[in-house]
Amino acid sequence: MDDLLREFLTETNESLDVVDVELVKFEQEPNNARILDNIFRLVHTIKGTCGFLGLPRLEALAHAAETLMGKFREGAPVNSDAVSLILQTIDRIKGILAELEALEGDEPKGEDTDLIAQLEAMSMAGEAAKAEGKKAKDSKAAKKKAAEEAPVEIVVPPTLDRELRPGEVSLEELERAFRETEPEVHVTPAAQVVAEITAAAAAESAATGVPQQGIDLARVAAEIEARMNKQPSKSDKTDKTAALDEKDGEGDAKGDGKGSVSSQSIRVNVETLEHLMTMVSELVLTRNQLLEIVRRHEDSEFKVPLQRLSNVTAELQEGVMKTRMQPIGNAWQKLPRIVRDLAQELGKQIELDMIGAETELDRQVLELIKDPLTHMVRNSADHGLEKPEDRKKSGKTEKGTIRLSAYHEGGHIIIEIADDGRGLNVDKIKSKVIENGLASEAELEKMAEGQIFKYIFAPGFSTAAAVTSVSGRGVGMDVVRTNIELIGGSIDLKSTAGKGTTVTIKIPLTLAIVSTLIVESAGDRFAIPQLSVVELVRVQTNSEHRIERIKDTPVLRLRNKLLPLVPLARLLGIQEDREGKSEDDGFIVVMQVGNVTFGVVVDGVFHTEEIVVKPMSKMLRDITMFSGNTILGDGSVIMIIDPNGVAGAIGTAIAADLNEKTDGDKVRGGDDQAKVSMLLFRAGSPEPKAVPLSLVTRLEEFDIDKIEHSNGRDLVQYRGSLMPLVYLNHGVQRRMEGTQPMLVFSDAGRSMGLVVDEIVDIVEEKLDIEVGSDMQGVLGSAVIKGKATEIIDIGHFLPLAFEDWFTRKEISSAALTRSLLFIDDSPFFRNMLGPVLKAAGFDVTTCASATEAMRRLGEGERFDVIVSDIEMPGVNGFELAEMLRRDARFKTTPIIALSALCTPASIERGRQSGFDDYVAKFDRPGLIAALKEVTSPELGIAA
Amino acid sequence: MSTKDTTVPGAADNDARSDTTQYVTVVIGGQLFGLPIHKVHDVFVPESMTRVPLSAPEIAGVLNLRGRIVTAINMRRRLGVPPREGKSGIMAVGIEYRGESYGLIIDEVGEVLTLENAGREANPANLDRRWAEISGGVHRLSGQLMVILDVERVLGRMLDQIAA
Repeated sequence: MDDLLREFLTETNESLDVVDVELVKFEQEPNNARILDNIFRLVHTIKGTCGFLGLPRLEALAHAAETLMGKFREGAPVNSDAVSLILQTIDRIKGILAELEALEGDEPKGEDTDLIAQLEAMSMAGEAAKAEGKKAKDSKAAKKKAAEEAPVEIVVPPTLDRELRPGEVSLEELERAFRETEPEVHVTPAAQVVAEITAAAAAESAATGVPQQGIDLARVAAEIEARMNKQPSKSDKTDKTAALDEKDGEGDAKGDGKGSVSSQSIRVNVETLEHLMTMVSELVLTRNQLLEIVRRHEDSEFKVPLQRLSNVTAELQEGVMKTRMQPIGNAWQKLPRIVRDLAQELGKQIELDMIGAETELDRQVLELIKDPLTHMVRNSADHGLEKPEDRKKSGKTEKGTIRLSAYHEGGHIIIEIADDGRGLNVDKIKSKVIENGLASEAELEKMAEGQIFKYIFAPGFSTAAAVTSVSGRGVGMDVVRTNIELIGGSIDLKSTAGKGTTVTIKIPLTLAIVSTLIVESAGDRFAIPQLSVVELVRVQTNSEHRIERIKDTPVLRLRNKLLPLVPLARLLGIQEDREGKSEDDGFIVVMQVGNVTFGVVVDGVFHTEEIVVKPMSKMLRDITMFSGNTILGDGSVIMIIDPNGVAGAIGTAIAADLNEKTDGDKVRGGDDQAKVSMLLFRAGSPEPKAVPLSLVTRLEEFDIDKIEHSNGRDLVQYRGSLMPLVYLNHGVQRRMEGTQPMLVFSDAGRSMGLVVDEIVDIVEEKLDIEVGSDMQGVLGSAVIKGKATEIIDIGHFLPLAFEDWFTRKEISSAALTRSLLFIDDSPFFRNMLGPVLKAAGFDVTTCASATEAMRRLGEGERFDVIVSDIEMPGVNGFELAEMLRRDARFKTTPIIALSALCTPASIERGRQSGFDDYVAKFDRPGLIAALKEVTSPELGIAA
Repeated sequence: MSTKDTTVPGAADNDARSDTTQYVTVVIGGQLFGLPIHKVHDVFVPESMTRVPLSAPEIAGVLNLRGRIVTAINMRRRLGVPPREGKSGIMAVGIEYRGESYGLIIDEVGEVLTLENAGREANPANLDRRWAEISGGVHRLSGQLMVILDVERVLGRMLDQIAA
């Protein structure tokens, strides 16, 4: 395809888009001559260019449409049928253009006589309406001529009158004529101006009723313009753009004052821009390297000029970036037409309001949101707005409004699509959700309206009762969401019954330059786009924020929420042996993708850097974890993490669920003081139950085969000790396989697992128990998330696990002050008895050997009671006791011997060595009793 | 650089119009390979390579070559040759494939040879499958054999595997 044709195609397509919009406007204001002139001019240009390029089919169509519009200018009544017909013609022309492009410049075969006949009939009708016989002949002649020998009138100079038109001129002659006139017009813009003025005058005269002359002049002017656009493209690029520029400027002045957004511009190949962009990026990199070198030499004479270079580079970069920006209005251009067609088809009255069309965003982003936007406007028109009669009934104006607005907010663009229709039908969505098996009725019951609305973004979801040609095929909103999320955006929806629906889209300004956070993981650096980073949390084993684990799955408690964590190194499969470095020390990058929030664990966080995203090599494009790569200031290549990929890899459906319900925004905001975080769960019955989250230590899920049955109760081994399980009620399902969820309550070293059926959600609500309860274990009922919810009395369940949970607790404040030193060389016993002693209310310190104990004691640590094993390597228990007894400081400290060997001889030996008591290792009650005995007198004294 | 082929001289293309083809010779794991000279954009020493997690094992990483991001292919791994021992310097041959830059990491670069196309022989039937896949034939030189490295196949096969 030659340049000429390519140019023609882009230009004509643009013109046609404008015609679309203008026609819809014209339909509403049929008396606005300016709009009509504008349309007429555009169609005429198209027609002229087609003739010039030898595209008879297009030309015939355009001509027929033009003739009809000519009739409008002459005062024929404008009705929507006529406008529809012209729009239809425009569509046909677009279709032919598309084929033309596909065929590399050959006009597709085909007949348009149907349309042309209609157009002619319409023109005739208009003529008849005008009852001006003299004009009928003209239009007929024009039509006939156009269909056969289109380009004729082009060569007619402005001064010639219509009688000369039938004189035929071959295309060759025409070409020659153009070549001859071209330089003249080219070097003297005045000629062009003259042409324009004549055209303008012609337009005026047309309005005042001397149409024939006017049309001719306008045509000639248009031809000259068209030629100026084409001809120089072969010879001189600069001239061409200049000509284009002029033409655009003229269009602006002549056309509608508020102007099409594409005016005042030149057309530059996208590739050129991309290349420019790349080169600027290189320049930035080189500058950074130079700066780095100069930094090393203190008094370099390069410093000042380099500073200047640096500034210029920065400005250049910004400027080039701007060339990629386009007003969002470009993506909206087709909407008025679509809405108009829809309104006709659906029998609705719709007004489309567009606010902020000048808001700029990256052209790449623009392309990607075009279709989602169109789809949503369709949706609003089809589902959202009611029919005029229904609107009347509900006391609204007959005309429904769809408001599109766009504005900047931070590094984002916010686009809102709002209608004043009926709003979403919650019940319909609910039944559809259940029908599609997306959620159970019980689950839906607990959801707020906002959550239920979000189901319309689920795949294959459509509430349109019948499939209309407009929408309702159920492939819409999920695709919309996917597309938006693909470019790092998010979508939100609000709806009020009877008032309307508002969809809010938040998208990044540009995809090319991204502000990223540079992090380190397993020795490599990675860039994480800032857009999805919510916050950074430093974690250390002993700090307030630490990583906890649910069955090897790391989580972080962050402001009363459980945040699923994933180490970046594991995600990327670059785990290295982490000698001397705990996995629990590091940084957590809290990221939010759509409604999913998760934490990525990294080893280090460096700084933020604006980077130019370069696409990944095809060889690496299958790696979903990276969205691209780039060259950093220091010249090294770095991978850019794709938050969507990471979110996908984590695949925490539960997390998505959880967050969906808690409304992602809350993650950012501070916690509302008046509200209490409640853990919602289900146990035994579908009704939700809740406990304050602050009472819950952990949420766990145990494999069923980990649950052991012993001593008449269910137990699990949990953190080195046995944790009794209590079933919330008899209704709780004891699963046969999989995992059993439970809430773990820990207190002073004891843990209890409260087994439930399902952990549902964490919500923040005001806890207001409205109805008290007589039932054991239930405090009462409160409204949580719009549902009556049982508030569970944990106090009832704790004693079921440990009878003395509370009695012990009463003395625990005193007991906890007693410190106990436990010496045993066997880790098994240290692990087994440590918790037992802890549970008995002691602050336990364990030592693996007598020598370690001696060192601790020697260093001044004091214990209220010492429990020691006898058989230990090195210094044994007897020797230890003897030693301690010789020391004045430990003379009165009770020491209890603990031994597997319990013979009378050994007990005697123990007494001699100075032990206060001698207990068998497996006799735990004996040990507790002995401890009580040796510590209680002291307690008495203390009291 | 007397005659430069307008057609693809390597590999399966048998109707090369000129009688000779120039090859840049490289050594990978002791074997001499030849790359058609017009395929080779440059020869460079890879520096500060960034490894790419989750990538195919043959991919050594990505690096910055004069502002372009180049994907480096470890040719030893591609050919199933054990990794090099010791810390001798590595070299890379820069090539363009489907609009993207790649660097083939090889052991060392040798001289440029001009060879008669007629001297090219088909791959021996018993050649290692991994080698046969990327070899465009063999030239018998005095003292040793030179395997023609078909760049299209080296990279194309890898891309196919990704697509699959």
